[in-house]
Amino acid sequence: MLFFSRTCREVTTMLVAREDQTLPWTDRIGVKIHLSICNTCPLFERQMLTMRHSFQRWRHYTEDETPPTPGSTTLDKKIG
Amino acid sequence: MLQSMKHLPVFQVAFKLYSDPNYPATMESFEDQIVALQSYLLRFARLQLRNDTWAEDAVSETVLAALAKPQAFGNRSQLKTWLVGILKHKVIDALRHHSREVSTAPQSDDDTADPLELIAFKGDGHFAEAPADWGDPEQEFSNRQFFAVLEACTNQLPANQGRLFLMREWLELSSEEICKELHLTPTNLYVQLHRARLRLRACLELHWFARTPN
Repeated sequence: MLFFSRTCREVTTMLVAREDQTLPWTDRIGVKIHLSICNTCPLFERQMLTMRHSFQRWRHYTEDETPPTPGSTTLDKKIG
Repeated sequence: MLQSMKHLPVFQVAFKLYSDPNYPATMESFEDQIVALQSYLLRFARLQLRNDTWAEDAVSETVLAALAKPQAFGNRSQLKTWLVGILKHKVIDALRHHSREVSTAPQSDDDTADPLELIAFKGDGHFAEAPADWGDPEQEFSNRQFFAVLEACTNQLPANQGRLFLMREWLELSSEEICKELHLTPTNLYVQLHRARLRLRACLELHWFARTPN
C-alpha cells in the first residue's frame, strides 16, 4: 500500500500531467487510490475535467458559431 | 392524380423563389462570404501564433486556398468549419516554418516560476485551502460569456506557453507530434503545458468561477 501512497501535492501534479501524457501505471493506481480516500483532491480533479470539457466545447463552439447578427442565433435565444 | 397534386406546392414554391427579382441579390457571393470571415479567422490565427505577421500570412493563405476551390455550403457555420480546417493547416505550416523561433523564444518570469506556487500546499503535502467547487460545467457552456473569458485567459498566457497549449487544445496535436514539429524534448514541453494549465485554472477561478453571481 505504501508503494501507491501519494500526497495531495503529488496527486495534483499528476492530475495536471495526465492531460498531456500517459502516466506510469504505478501513478495511475496511486491517483485512483488517493482520490477514493481524499476529500479535497476530487475537487481539483473536477476542476481539471471542467477545463478539459471547456476546451472541447470551445473548439466545437468556434466551428458552430452562427453569424453575430443580434437575435439571429439560437444561442442568443437560449440566453434570452 | 393525387400523386401529381402532392408535388404541386413544391413546384409553386420553387417558381416563386426563382422568379423573385430580389433573390439573386440577397445571395452573398462565395468570395464576399469568405472575405467577411477574415477577421474571424485572424482572431484564431493570432491566438495560436502570437505574432501578427505570421497570423496575417496564415489567413491570407487560407483565403487564397479557399478561393481557389469554390464550394457550395448550406449555411455559414459549415463554411466556417471548412475555413477553420484550412486555417489550422496553414497555422501548423507557420509553426513548423518558425519552429526555431518558437522553441527558443526567451522565457519570461512567468515561464520559469514554479507553477505549483499558484496553489498553496502545507508542508505535509496537503492543500492549505480546498479547491473551489466549480459547480455544473454544462451550465457554463450555455453562456457565451464563459467562452469569451476562456479565450481571454488563454490569450493572457505567456506567448510560448500559449502557443504550446493551443497546439494541444486547438490544433489537437498529440504531445509527441508537438515535440517532433518544434524539436522540443518531452520534459520541456510537459513543464510548459503544466504551467499553462495551472495558470488557466487560476485565471478561470478568478475571472469566472469566483465572480459574484448576478
